[in-house]
Amino acid sequence: MAQINNKELETLLGLRPESMEEHPFHFCPGCGHGLVFRLVAEVIDELKIKERAICVASIGCSVNSYEYFNFDGLESAHGRAPAVATAIKRCHPHLVPFTYQGDGDLAAIGTAEIVHACTRGENITTIFVNNAIYGMTGGQMAPTTLTGMYSTSTPAGRKPSLAGYPIRVCEMLSTLEGTAYVARVAVHSPASVRKAKQAIKLAFRTQLAGLGMSLVEVLSPCPTNWRVEPIKAMDWLAENMLAHYPLGEYKVIEAVAALQKEVSHA
Amino acid sequence: MSEKTLMAGNIAIAEGAILAGCQAYFGYPITPQNELLEHMSKRMPEEGRVFVQTESELSAINMVYGAAASGCRAMTSTSSPGFSLQQEGISYMAGAEIPAVVVNVMRGGPGLGDIGGAQGDYFQATKGGGHGDYNIITLAPASVQEMMDLAMLAFELADKYRNPVALLPDGFLGQAVEPVTMRQPVTEFPDKPWAITGAVGRPKNIINSFAMDPVDYRPRVELLRQKLIKIKRNEVRYEGIALDDASLIIVAYGSAFRSAMTAMKMAREEGFKIGIFRPITLFPFPVKPLSDLSQKTRRFLVVELSFGQLIEDVRLSLGTGAQVELANQFGGVPISADEILEAIERIMK
Repeated sequence: MAQINNKELETLLGLRPESMEEHPFHFCPGCGHGLVFRLVAEVIDELKIKERAICVASIGCSVNSYEYFNFDGLESAHGRAPAVATAIKRCHPHLVPFTYQGDGDLAAIGTAEIVHACTRGENITTIFVNNAIYGMTGGQMAPTTLTGMYSTSTPAGRKPSLAGYPIRVCEMLSTLEGTAYVARVAVHSPASVRKAKQAIKLAFRTQLAGLGMSLVEVLSPCPTNWRVEPIKAMDWLAENMLAHYPLGEYKVIEAVAALQKEVSHA
Repeated sequence: MSEKTLMAGNIAIAEGAILAGCQAYFGYPITPQNELLEHMSKRMPEEGRVFVQTESELSAINMVYGAAASGCRAMTSTSSPGFSLQQEGISYMAGAEIPAVVVNVMRGGPGLGDIGGAQGDYFQATKGGGHGDYNIITLAPASVQEMMDLAMLAFELADKYRNPVALLPDGFLGQAVEPVTMRQPVTEFPDKPWAITGAVGRPKNIINSFAMDPVDYRPRVELLRQKLIKIKRNEVRYEGIALDDASLIIVAYGSAFRSAMTAMKMAREEGFKIGIFRPITLFPFPVKPLSDLSQKTRRFLVVELSFGQLIEDVRLSLGTGAQVELANQFGGVPISADEILEAIERIMK
């Protein structure tokens, strides 16, 4: 009988996308990052762009992104991933750079870089993971922390009078002319995971078609810093985040809508 | 005789970069380097290369990182306040061993300062400047010709050592107009198998300056240390003028050196035997060539456009036996030959 190694078996059975490394995640139990990485890897496999894909990692729990993908990647400074990806795309239009950023990285320290990548209409893709908290540093307030929500730096809950309001990234960026596709999805249920994958795939197809900036915000659980059990974190997300961060497509330019129709026919 | 072109210093840097094969330029407007960015906005597209005017110097340096990490020769240019913002990206590039060229056309500071020329960023450029253990090779041109030549050398050294290189003229040199002999374009470039260009037919490449465990990061930093030792051994550059009979040696770089040249001629007419030692690499600093000169004379005069930054490296090089005096200006004001001559007369009497 032919020998088959684990990796081949996993690929054959659809257990592990080819674009995914055989590398243990460093994430906490119940974290949403693993799901999102897998969705990105599946999409890259399906679009057959593994040899062109470049993971532009950021700072936060996403810091080791390039370790989990089986293609080229680099680390950028906190918040600067869209600038790094911009340069890679401008210098090598055939490559497919995407940034993988958390909420602190993209919506606090990196607001200038993401806003200007969007307004220039850079032909890159951003996967923006919003878990409403600074995960890696231990649960401090993020720009997306909900009003009233506990964090280690808002021990009495986030008070807008002291700490402002949670920022809605998709709503803001979709007003910019350079964005071609902007969508907010979540990974708290099997149905939402399927929709998230569709959005991520359309975002990459937007880049491949040269249509401009594509961004998918993924609402994702952080049980450790939310201080709830992993399964309950999925409910917590639905109960608390969806009202402030409604799911849906915020920007779909006509050319992207045409791509979308091709997908649904496929 | 080769033909000369009249050119401003900032333009000479831009043309030098293009000759050196700079494939991508990213910059943000700031005086007194604007002509460089403006020139690149026209010339880079003409050459079919990348130009982006960025939203900040932070973004510019991180675009340089992206372009250089993907194997392109890349550059940004700025002036002092922008150079401060870029220290983050320079530290990341040093840590990740990314070759890139950063031009700082220095102006008066601290703070917003002014738009005159100054040399107050000497420490920032030569001692690391950002966080962590690293140095960047720092080149100090003293003429418009050298703005072009050292811009070209900067790209070569950056690739040779996979390290950022700073070109550190002051605002007076950026604005100076002088005849320049055009150089031949560089046609041969080193392979960059480490670059992120898409994992085709090879294992994936990763570029970072991070390890979860200090035990893993320490050996990488050790490699950086070894590299800096090699740079110090191999890349020292300097110029000596009229040193043979000198009883007082001026140490100066950039536009301060130009003032010192005039002062030297005036002083020699008065009978003072003055020589000049000009560091061309501020890092690596020419420690040994300078200390060797203390066999000839014990009197040195440092001329600089800052409080006294260059003088610290001069003192470290010469040790305790030498007399080291300072003639300086700061805050965006040039130093005149008369001021330097006065200092010479004071020391020699």
